[in-house]
Amino acid sequence: MNYFDLFNLEPAFDIDTALLAERYRELQRAVHPDKFANDSEQQKLLSVQRTSQVNDGYQTLKNPLRRAEHMLSLRGIELSHETTTLKDGAFLMQQMEWREALEDIQHSQEPQELVDELYDSFAEFEATLSKKLTSLLASSDEADALLAADQIRKLKFMAKLQDELARIEDDLLD
Amino acid sequence: MAYSEKVIDHYENPRNVGSFDKNDPSVVTGMVGAPACGDVMKLQLKISADGIIEDAKFKTYGCGSAIASSSLVTEWVKGKSVDEAATIKNADIAEELALPPVKIHCSILAEDAIKAAIEEYKTKQAK
Repeated sequence: MNYFDLFNLEPAFDIDTALLAERYRELQRAVHPDKFANDSEQQKLLSVQRTSQVNDGYQTLKNPLRRAEHMLSLRGIELSHETTTLKDGAFLMQQMEWREALEDIQHSQEPQELVDELYDSFAEFEATLSKKLTSLLASSDEADALLAADQIRKLKFMAKLQDELARIEDDLLD
Repeated sequence: MAYSEKVIDHYENPRNVGSFDKNDPSVVTGMVGAPACGDVMKLQLKISADGIIEDAKFKTYGCGSAIASSSLVTEWVKGKSVDEAATIKNADIAEELALPPVKIHCSILAEDAIKAAIEEYKTKQAK
């Protein structure tokens, strides 16, 4: 299923998210089960299936990482549920250091300061990865698609770090 | 999801957590990460002149299964030769810990950490 086709959008990484939301509402109305209340069981079932497809498509295209994964999946590169490991030593060393920094927050005198610093570092690193990903996804070259996959993998590690940081920050406020 | 007793045991009492001095010439490091869950694993091996793994330490940021998998392999590799350690398969780890299918990637991570460390050892030897 090509979700860009479903929402009638150009298959690009930097989509117009306002337009996506607008198309989503239109489609949702068009396929909503309430509209088929007086139709056959088969029609009702179809409407339920279409609704779930539209919802899945919207969630996929709304989230940049999932959108990028979908673009690669349309080109035959499957990233979801993959079990391959990442072996980029320098990148992983940095991940380790950041995980250690997250551990240090609880024992720090100025935890909020550390949290803010880490948010900035994560955002900066993530922006660099996203920029690379955007240009790699714009290329139709197979080798670039594989490099794009690596950027997505790294962005997943960054998403995990940000989740952890948000969780730690929540704990600080308790 | 319920963890097996062995996973809980390794998770609550992880064996060989920590780091060796990375400047020690007999120490090699394997670093791997799992993009699916963002887990990161560092496995260090202390290898004697005749290629026997004398000691192992790990540091893993991840779920219980990832920690248990790395803790288990530090126990398994100790006393083995590098070539013997290289034969450890993720299926052996998954079976020992009774990992459910969704956690198989944790055992793959541990297998790949051993491989990465041994690769560094071979590169060092070739120099």
